[in-house]
Amino acid sequence: MSAPNSAAAKTERLMNLVMTLLYTRRPLPKARIREIVEQYRLAHNTEAFERMFERDKEDLRELGIPLVTEDITAAWEDEPGYRIHERDYALPDLHFEPDELAVLGLAARAWSHATLAAPAATALRKLRAGGVEPDGDAFIGVEPLVATREPAFAPLLDALLTLTPVCFEYARPGHDAPATRRVHPWGLATASGRWYLTGHDLDRDAPRVFRLSRIAGAVRTVGASGSYAVPPHHNPAAMVGRRREADTAYVALVRVRPGTGHALRARSDIVDDAPDWTTLRLPYADRSATASELASYADDVIVDLPDDLRAAVIANLAGAAAGSAREGAA
Amino acid sequence: MIIAESASARVPRLLSLVPWLVNRQGVDIDQAARELGVSVAQLQADLDLLFMCGYGTMTDELIDVSTEGGKIFIRNAETIARPLRLSRAEALTLMVGLRALAGADGVTDAPVVERALAKLEAAAASIMGEGGRVEAVLDDASTADTRAVVADALKAHRRLHLRYHVPARDESTERDVDPMRLLGIEGHWYLEGWCHRASDTRLFRLDRITTIEILDADGTPPPDARTRDLSAGTFVASADHPVITLDLSTGWEWVAEYYPVESVDLPQEDGPATRRVTLRAGETGWVRRLALRSGGGVRVVAPPELAREVSEAAGRALAAYGHTQTPVGETGDGTAANEVHAR
Repeated sequence: MSAPNSAAAKTERLMNLVMTLLYTRRPLPKARIREIVEQYRLAHNTEAFERMFERDKEDLRELGIPLVTEDITAAWEDEPGYRIHERDYALPDLHFEPDELAVLGLAARAWSHATLAAPAATALRKLRAGGVEPDGDAFIGVEPLVATREPAFAPLLDALLTLTPVCFEYARPGHDAPATRRVHPWGLATASGRWYLTGHDLDRDAPRVFRLSRIAGAVRTVGASGSYAVPPHHNPAAMVGRRREADTAYVALVRVRPGTGHALRARSDIVDDAPDWTTLRLPYADRSATASELASYADDVIVDLPDDLRAAVIANLAGAAAGSAREGAA
Repeated sequence: MIIAESASARVPRLLSLVPWLVNRQGVDIDQAARELGVSVAQLQADLDLLFMCGYGTMTDELIDVSTEGGKIFIRNAETIARPLRLSRAEALTLMVGLRALAGADGVTDAPVVERALAKLEAAAASIMGEGGRVEAVLDDASTADTRAVVADALKAHRRLHLRYHVPARDESTERDVDPMRLLGIEGHWYLEGWCHRASDTRLFRLDRITTIEILDADGTPPPDARTRDLSAGTFVASADHPVITLDLSTGWEWVAEYYPVESVDLPQEDGPATRRVTLRAGETGWVRRLALRSGGGVRVVAPPELAREVSEAAGRALAAYGHTQTPVGETGDGTAANEVHAR
């Protein structure tokens, strides 16, 4: 037996408890469990055993192990008994073909650098337990990866799976101080490699989309789990997409020097191609984001129209010039 | 040396390990460790622990594990011989991953993904009923054709010829590349391969490849070509590169998480709300562009040449707009942009 109180000892105790409760044909009273599971028998007194047992029951339930309490009739009056029904415990029989197991492997590996790497690996092992081996050559060299580098991802995922309201500090571009937002999380979706949260904003009493990278500090829960419902058929990806496309109607006229601005050229129409400047019609959605992007080209890209975008680019450049001038001049 | 693992992490692993082994009696211990994604030492420790577990304390009530001759046999484990049903997080990882793959044309066979997804959804329906949804997109929509070409070249071990746009230098180049991996990271797909122009491993973002063709030449990369560790993202820094110091204003803290910074100084209680970070970069073009893009939100503190480069580039651009540069004053805190607006 492992040293008492170590993580290994607890693992061993939980494994014994699971096996005991699965093996039994009838619910077992606490006293009987204490006799069977060695680590419980070695507990100093009944109080110590009961504390340990209560904690262990909670831990098993958190792991998704369906431990149930059933009344024991006759002999032990008023005494609850415990057991795990195999029908609730075991994964239903699933048969996957080798090519299906290969794509499942790809799906699980996609999380290998992300918060959910461990559950993804465990899930795959469970599905492969049956003994069928995946089609090994199918995806040589192919590695799609889901990244979850935003610290807010894990707590928000937890909240939306358990339907728990949350609050967090949210910084919007153009606003200096982050503001507290209280939200019922509905979904998480990526767009252009960034994670977004969809949900109901409690203070604005309206659906809202939040970019996870703009959440500052901790995500806190502010209510009980299961305290709201997600609208039926909610599609977070579509909601994020609509938000991002909400105002794509803008078009800018920009001048680009030869051999520069390739990324802009790729999404624009060429209006005029003179030797010193190429003039582009550039469609855009978000003025401040586009102004930042255009400013990053410095004097290789000049905005002619519209005026508000031009002013935003100039403001951006002035900020950058002032920002780094002090150091450069020193 | 095995780091003590919490029971709540280890129990699910052990419960999924047993059914896997029960259905593969006599599996080689090295092969099992490899396929299960754990070290041999970890697997051995797991087996030693399982040997102590049972539904009673009599020998015939305990799991019997043998690893004689490097082969694993496991007996008397019938009570936990079937895997525990999927948790919500587990089912979710696979479903989100599969849905993302379903949209990634040119990489997987869509009907196979659909079949796997349908079976999984049926099995997980009871647990996924309520709760929010999660959708990851691996597709940058425009690159399906390029992806298919790269996947073909990988399978056939053929060299690729491509025209590639480098945004940090804003230039277009032609290269021959021996493909090593097709990677989807953070919404973009990348070709990793041995670039004959650079004589080194390079990462090419597929939406920046303007033309691509498969050559007749063999595309096996040289034996010393190494794939990169991308656990910190696609951005790679080297210890040989010079140190760059940046001040990040409110709203630009993400820079510290996005790029592998070496140090972060959090704001002082009485001081300005900026955090100072240091990082290393060989190519400084992206830093200059980041500083220009930020409008003062990201300030270059050192090296001074780079700071000067930023202010001069911004000054040239302002001149092109017919504006003279704002006098240097107490405006280095990210509010300069708003002040110009107000004028």
